[in-house]
Amino acid sequence: MVPITPIHYLILAAALFTLGTIGVLTRRNVVIVLMSIELILNAVNLNLVAFSRMWGLQGQVFAIFVITDAAAEAAVGLGILIAFFRNKETVNMDEVDLLKW
Amino acid sequence: MAPVATPFFFYFLSGLALVSGILVITRKNPVHSALALILTLLALAGIYLMLYAPFVAGVQIILYAGGIMVLFLFVIMLVDVGRAEKERQFNKQWLVAIAATLGLGILFVKVFTASKTLAELLKRPLAQLPETSNTQQVGFSLYGQYMLAFEIASLLLLVAIVGAVVMAKKRI
Repeated sequence: MVPITPIHYLILAAALFTLGTIGVLTRRNVVIVLMSIELILNAVNLNLVAFSRMWGLQGQVFAIFVITDAAAEAAVGLGILIAFFRNKETVNMDEVDLLKW
Repeated sequence: MAPVATPFFFYFLSGLALVSGILVITRKNPVHSALALILTLLALAGIYLMLYAPFVAGVQIILYAGGIMVLFLFVIMLVDVGRAEKERQFNKQWLVAIAATLGLGILFVKVFTASKTLAELLKRPLAQLPETSNTQQVGFSLYGQYMLAFEIASLLLLVAIVGAVVMAKKRI
């Protein structure tokens, strides 16, 4: 069997990134869009750790920072979702159009 | 330090991650999506272990699967799930979205496999990453060379906490 090089991990990360982007662009439920964004961030993390396997520890440190940022962003995004749901009683992306003219 | 049965683990964990990823974006019920995302995160933690990154794997399980996904599940419980399940799940531009994103993904894969620079860089020996002192080395990096980024990340977390509490309270 072909030995597993870091390029295998990069292709897996690209596939996960594609799935996350399809989720963001296609779904109407805001919660699932936020979860697809987390999928994209995990694909980026896998990319960083795969390159860190080749070149040293910096990639892993960067991955830890990305996880921290993902936590902050998920908290604020879900807070916004709760505030919006309190006003409009829907989690549909197409109905987030209060600023539309 | 030779890895044991690596191709089996890689294909198993990456298949698990991809199948769970597809389940995340296609399920009607957001709770099913959240559980599939937890499975993806655990599979990725296993892949980080294969890449000689045990500290990142531990942080992924504790913070991501055990913190962020629990937050997601709480918010799903607060938001009305039954009504959202009866509506149409995919929006009108799903075909264009899938076509464009698949084009982007194929572009990524072609760049990775056909790049001469990457093939050159892969011929060099891989980095020496000892497993027993990985946490210590990451700690030295975080508190030494990347101290400023570490402090800024803590400030960011403080701002995010205050922001999330203000957004979610009924009366400020």
